[in-house]
Amino acid sequence: MTREHQMALYRSMKLIREFEERCLDMAIAGEIIGGIHPYIGQEAVAVGVCSQLTERDFITSTHRGHGHVLAKGADPRRLLAELLGTLEGFNKGRGGSMHAADMKLGILGANGIVGAGGAIGSGAAWVAKARGNSEVVVSFFGDGAMSQGVLLEAFNLAAIWSLPILFVCENNMYATSLKLESGLAGSAARRAEGFGMVARTVDGMDVEAVADVTGELIQRCREGKGPAFLECSTYRFFGHHSVLELLGVEFRDPDEVVRWRERDPIVALGAKLGDDVVAEIDEAVKGTIDEAVEFAKNAPSPDPKDALMYLYSGTAAVRPGVIL
Amino acid sequence: MTTAVRNQELSMSAALNRALADALEADERVLVFGEDVGPLGGVFRVTDGLTARFGEHRVFDTPLAESGIVGTAIGMAMNGMRPVVEMQFDAFAYPAFEQITSHLAKIHNRTRGRVELPVVIRVPYGGGIGGVEHHCDSSEAYYTHTPGLRVVTPGTLGDAYQLLRDAIDSPDPVIFLEPKRRYWSKGPVALDRSGPAMDRALVRRPGKDVTLIAYGPMVATALETAAAAAEEGWDVEVVDLRSLSPFDDETVTESVRRTGRAVVVHEAAGFSGYGAEVVARVTERCFHHLHAPILRVTGFDIPYPPPKLEEHHLPGVDRILDAIARLQWDDEVVGFGG
Repeated sequence: MTREHQMALYRSMKLIREFEERCLDMAIAGEIIGGIHPYIGQEAVAVGVCSQLTERDFITSTHRGHGHVLAKGADPRRLLAELLGTLEGFNKGRGGSMHAADMKLGILGANGIVGAGGAIGSGAAWVAKARGNSEVVVSFFGDGAMSQGVLLEAFNLAAIWSLPILFVCENNMYATSLKLESGLAGSAARRAEGFGMVARTVDGMDVEAVADVTGELIQRCREGKGPAFLECSTYRFFGHHSVLELLGVEFRDPDEVVRWRERDPIVALGAKLGDDVVAEIDEAVKGTIDEAVEFAKNAPSPDPKDALMYLYSGTAAVRPGVIL
Repeated sequence: MTTAVRNQELSMSAALNRALADALEADERVLVFGEDVGPLGGVFRVTDGLTARFGEHRVFDTPLAESGIVGTAIGMAMNGMRPVVEMQFDAFAYPAFEQITSHLAKIHNRTRGRVELPVVIRVPYGGGIGGVEHHCDSSEAYYTHTPGLRVVTPGTLGDAYQLLRDAIDSPDPVIFLEPKRRYWSKGPVALDRSGPAMDRALVRRPGKDVTLIAYGPMVATALETAAAAAEEGWDVEVVDLRSLSPFDDETVTESVRRTGRAVVVHEAAGFSGYGAEVVARVTERCFHHLHAPILRVTGFDIPYPPPKLEEHHLPGVDRILDAIARLQWDDEVVGFGG
């Protein structure tokens, strides 16, 4: 991997980290109402995977989706504006943290329902295959989603129809609070193999390794060899949701948290790049996020009357017959 | 393509089949898929012959995975297609409810109009075929309670054709409820689209004494009741809602203000049923025109019963006539609740 490539990966991961740390502060301060599911710790997965995609490729994301969206190229100013519920957000503030999506970048939506994106991604992949244009879809989900029926339905559909989709399981070992071994029979990757998919596992704290194996699997998808599965072992450095930070609830073994934090993917790649490079990128990223915060905080709020609009297409009208 | 063929003798199943065929012919983005809709032609024959005519790339079978089917349809629509999926039976759609209510219904609104989802979910619904529970549910209220969906049901052969064409052309997601007990009813049908817009109700029979508000499988029953009521001296108007969501307040309100009396009829259970919404909103708009409370004639508040009880459960002419008789014609207080 070239140094330029490494620098790009580092910058993207650092952007997510800085964005999420700022969001966590804002959520705890009550500025992001409803809070966030911080992606901190898992940056190498989103960045490594999305480094292998073009703007024309699609992703489906999750409730913990800021990292995926930023890695796919979304403007942090508009993402933060969305989190703050303002009109400058991708969905004019209607989607919020769990529904950030910039369709122009092929982001088919983050999603508040665990596992729900797999089938939606398969539908987009069906069309890509029918058009024969070598576009691919990546569907992100966590280990918790492996227990959802619709995701297993999506695996089956993608396999029987040989769809160009890469299923990326971010195994952070917890489904909210439930430990992996209490929630998942067998192994995620072995299950995928049961559907006839090529399945690989990778150290999700090593962004270069994630990028390399994703590249191989995406190439298979582009060549029409059907769906593939990638299990990334990773860890979230904070709790499931910002409110747990606020409440001071930590259900994991503190030593386990410390051990994983020592494997910080950003620190690891930074060490390869050297202090000067890191300092320069960090400074630039901080400026970008400062600007995003400034932009989002000054963005206008929606007019309450607009809440009734866009129920149906075309008219932008309220539900016919509603009595105001 | 609006076909010029007129007044053929067709079943409702065949009229729906023609609608699908014409939609597939008119727009190459239209896809038809679901359980057994391919070479078999659907358990109700609605997709008969379509795979042979349009190819397996446009009309195809899926595994038994309703949630996956609807989710896939959403992704296809986001990527430019116009999927029409079949749920085979009403209760088979329940596993897909999460995809319908959390995603299909919400994405257009959430993206503030930037993403349209022209998906049609065809649901053979309602009873009258001896199918017991899981195969005879009237599931409309689950969908009408979800903002963002259009919910449509044809009560006539002509509407089977036109409403399905309109639903497929709609830029919004449409739950298309097909009254399965009427699949085999036959008659001359004009395969055209000359009726009112998909979201408008229609007065099927004019009358001046009382308005029967019906939809889907109950339209034929309401018309039959109106004919019987005429013999007893009541001039009954029948309004076919066609679109359950959005609701055509204008047509219904105009009718009820004119007649001053109304009965809502549906197969679904009464408690928290669709009729409750109809009664509430019509009362809100027509209160000073009403001579009696609006009554409902519905299925009982029980799971769908087995065949020998079906005829009691489903509203029939006698029960509807009885409701009409209780509409305070003689200024007597009506006895409610038994």
